[in-house]
Amino acid sequence: MSSSPTPHLLIIGNGMAGIRTVEELTALAPQAYQITVFGAEPHGCYNRILLSPLLAGEKSLPEIITHPASWYAERGIALHASNPITTIDRQARRVIDSQGGVHSYDKLLLATGSHPLVIPLPGHQLPGVVTFRNLADVEKMLTVAAPGKQAIVIGGGLLGLEAAMGLLQQGMQVTVVHLLDILMERQLDGVAASLLKSELEARGIRFHMPAQTEAILGASQVQGIRFKDGSVLPADLVVMAVGVRPNTDLAKAAGLSCERGILVDDQLQTSDPHILAVGECVQHRGTVYGLVAPLFEQGKVIARRLAGTDDAAAYRGSTTSTRLKVTGIELFSAGNFLGDAECDTILFQDPSRRIYKKLVIKNHIVQGAVLLGDTMDGAWYMELMRDGTDITPFRHHILFGRPHLGDAGHGPSSVADLPASYQVCGCNGVCKGSIEESIIQKELTTLEEVRAHTKASASCGSCTGMVEQILAHTLGGDYVPAPVKPLCRCTTLSSDQLRIAVRDQHLTSVATAMQQLAWQSQDGCPTCRQALNYYITVFWPAEHQESPLDRFVNERFHANIQRDGTYSVVPRLWGGTTTPAQLRAIADIAERFAVPEIKLTGGQRITLLGIKRETLPAIWAALGEHDLVSGHAYGKAVRTVKTCVGSRWCRFGVQDSEQMGVALEKQLWNSWTSHKYKLAVSGCPRNCAEATIKDFGVVAVESGWELHVGGNGGIKVRVTDLLCRVESMAEVSEYAAAFLQLYRREAVYLERTAPWVERVGIDWIRQQLVDQPAYRKQLHDAFVAAHQPLADPWMERVQGLAGTRDFLPLVSLPFPTLENVA
Amino acid sequence: MNGWHYIGSLQDIPQQGSRIVEAGSLGNIAVFRTHGDQVFALADRCPHRHGPLSPGIVHGDKVTCPLHGWTIDLATGAALGADHGCTRPFAIRNEADGLYLQLPVNGD
Ligand code: SRM
Ligand SMILES: Cc1cc2nc3c(=O)[nH]c(=O)nc-3n(C[C@H](O)[C@H](O)[C@H](O)COP(=O)(O)OP(=O)(O)OC[C@H]3O[C@@H](n4cnc5c(N)ncnc54)[C@H](O)[C@@H]3O)c2cc1C
Ligand code: SF4
Ligand code: FES
Repeated sequence: MSSSPTPHLLIIGNGMAGIRTVEELTALAPQAYQITVFGAEPHGCYNRILLSPLLAGEKSLPEIITHPASWYAERGIALHASNPITTIDRQARRVIDSQGGVHSYDKLLLATGSHPLVIPLPGHQLPGVVTFRNLADVEKMLTVAAPGKQAIVIGGGLLGLEAAMGLLQQGMQVTVVHLLDILMERQLDGVAASLLKSELEARGIRFHMPAQTEAILGASQVQGIRFKDGSVLPADLVVMAVGVRPNTDLAKAAGLSCERGILVDDQLQTSDPHILAVGECVQHRGTVYGLVAPLFEQGKVIARRLAGTDDAAAYRGSTTSTRLKVTGIELFSAGNFLGDAECDTILFQDPSRRIYKKLVIKNHIVQGAVLLGDTMDGAWYMELMRDGTDITPFRHHILFGRPHLGDAGHGPSSVADLPASYQVCGCNGVCKGSIEESIIQKELTTLEEVRAHTKASASCGSCTGMVEQILAHTLGGDYVPAPVKPLCRCTTLSSDQLRIAVRDQHLTSVATAMQQLAWQSQDGCPTCRQALNYYITVFWPAEHQESPLDRFVNERFHANIQRDGTYSVVPRLWGGTTTPAQLRAIADIAERFAVPEIKLTGGQRITLLGIKRETLPAIWAALGEHDLVSGHAYGKAVRTVKTCVGSRWCRFGVQDSEQMGVALEKQLWNSWTSHKYKLAVSGCPRNCAEATIKDFGVVAVESGWELHVGGNGGIKVRVTDLLCRVESMAEVSEYAAAFLQLYRREAVYLERTAPWVERVGIDWIRQQLVDQPAYRKQLHDAFVAAHQPLADPWMERVQGLAGTRDFLPLVSLPFPTLENVA
Repeated sequence: MNGWHYIGSLQDIPQQGSRIVEAGSLGNIAVFRTHGDQVFALADRCPHRHGPLSPGIVHGDKVTCPLHGWTIDLATGAALGADHGCTRPFAIRNEADGLYLQLPVNGD
């Protein structure tokens, strides 16, 4: 077979790097080589990265096979699966396979990957001890895995944690044993590691660390492990995930130069000119890689050279980043994340949202990053790092993401802001521009198609969301999104699917919704109960018999719980206006109830702080006597309408912003929303009421009013987009109700208007509200219908409609007070 | 009387909710009633930063603290998952004639 007219390329290793190289080569020069692939595993090539979701049951086997037998057949490639090569005879330029077959080559490509490390502890060969590298390993784990059984994972690195989460999702009780007291120490600093640990513990993983395993116990099957300190932990399965070692077996035996890996130059050539190597088995400029992005870059270089399309192609090394693939945990790490004496660190930490971001900077250039909880900007930091960008101009807000280019009125969505050169998919090195180009030229309409044509999101999948956004943005209204992740552990449906189910299946109580939608827990959890309750409130307000216990305490008690367990009470001061009588009433009540503190809020009203739970009904009743109603300062609800003095007093005012603000608040108050909802009305474009950072902002102009939507202050400031200009107060009020109702119907629970507007696009919102006056009116009317009659929730409580019993203690027991003990 | 105190009937506590028993120097004790009508009693003090557990959302046999979202096992008072700590559990019996809560006998 050596005498074929076309040169013979033989590949050892049917894995991700080898096959990607073949794929690139056949795309460039389909006929240039006769190709044969030898693989030790029994399948076509599969996506090894997705072994983690396969183990977790989130993916099925067919979904992770990237190259079925037909793929090879269509390209005339001879695949020898389950047939490892045992010897390379460099002199004769041929290889020998495990069945004794002899095959000559013109070019040989080594793509043998890595061996998982096994610590040679006593008992390491027992059945039930497995590594985590290939499909066979996962199959072994899945035969043992069953609810209630015990698994131990040795190794707290990326693979160990992904294995642990997978086994947990199979119902096993999982303990991770790690030598150090820092998880993923090669990617994380101490703070991020301990945050990650508590996230994983919250999901039910136990940790035993730092701890050193001394022996694996069991007679004919693993039964447990023993630690150096003599303690023992039982186990039905032990997974060793302690690292990998480049597979240089064949290369070494054939006398190729090897150190940790097979040594290659920038052309990926080994010490033998007829032999190339690619993937985890190689060592390039001193570095061995364990992630696919660099391997794919290597493959590209080989393909170009073999195809003869680019003789100057060279591989010069890669900067890599790591992401953890555990559903619901966002973790990103890249570069020098620890820093040294010459580096600065910029930190952001928000424990309650479980967010940690750290950037290491040297000479104004990003050197490394660790992101936990919010990894949105990981790709951007990588880009800054790779390009060595001087960050001085935006250093002060670098942790809050790529500078917002938002231009009020044009409504750019976040992907739209990104330059075409922005690298979206780190694994495959695909930038935004080429994704858009493929979508348009090849008329792609689904995520799968984009994946197939561009490879973006085809490997580790962590950029899937962004690819979908690009697709949605490029296609506009033609895009049908794929299902997204479940809202919580109690259901397989996403929050948006629940919204639609509540709407389309006419679900009118949380209990029926859970029943009809096959809930996986008896009575849900705080996440799903609050979301369902909200959706029902929006779609079936008249029929909803809600249980206050499906709400967070603030919305249940109509007050804001504080750090010491007391509450704050904030009555509405319509549009930020008040009267002497109201002020007097508030003062009297504060004295009567010995309110510890009174404060003016940032929302132009007065808060009474430090109120005890059992005092709430009485204080509401007292406020109610003076027409002071709930300000909903505590709820996912319409909050404040800030106003400025406007044309009533101000020498610049062009419209009566106070009157407009009070009217809006009276019209919209007392309604639940997906997230807090704030308004403001300014009397002229000087905008003293800060209307352009509100969910709905109104700015007076000579000819009428400008309506702005989708802004907020807070954690990430977003300036509004201009919706339209109107002339009369009546139009302002119709738009205000219509926009609010549209948001309530279309946004998912806890999505504030700013991200919602970015997601659906201001153009779409204009189409609904501005271009379709009939629909606008319908939305307005629907809002009005849902809000008749208006009843102050405080009064409802006081008048016994919802009961005040639960605010009071059940009983006071004559238990030893300090006095009667003495 | 061996420390068992009558505190009221099951119906006095909302399903998936709680009521408080004031217990002198022991502080407040939160009595929870689950969706499945089990009752549990815990010191009304989250092991995290001592927030009140009684206004938390009760789900299954757990309660989620309103302040920072720790989830506490109603039977043992232990924080679940990530968080370490435990609040004091009290024995409670749901008898035909009502609920009885056990407090340590003086001097215990
Ligand atoms: C009382 C007040 C501070 C003050 O003393 O002035 C306040 C107090 C709280 N704010 Fe605020 N915010 C207050 C005005 C604001 C403002 C200013 C404004 O409304 O003009 C903002 C920025 C504007 C905005 O929202 O766009 C603001 C942005 C936030 C955020 C960040 C929201 C965001 O989308 O990024 C939170 C956190 C959240 O909602 O998740 C928050 C959350 C909170 C909570 C409710 C925290 C909590 O969940 O317990 C605080 C309750 C304290 C308490 O014990 O009552 N508060 N908060 C202000 C009440 C206004 C009112 O009359 O209702
Ligand atoms: C569970 C898991 C999760 C991962 N997650 C990520 C991730 O999120 N992101 C990321 O970038 N990377 C991830 N990786 C790493 C990534 O999968 C590897 O970097 C990549 O698969 C390496 O490709 P390769 O072709 O060099 O080696 P492999 O894919 O291992 O392929 C080598 C193949 O060669 C075969 N072989 C070896 N010797 C012979 C022989 N003598 N004859 C014939 N065949 C032989 C082997 O059986 C194997 O099939 C993960 C890996 C695992 C195991
Ligand atoms: S900024 Fe808001 S959330 Fe933060 S401490 Fe002040 S009131 Fe509380
Ligand atoms: S006080 Fe309970 S979670 Fe913080």
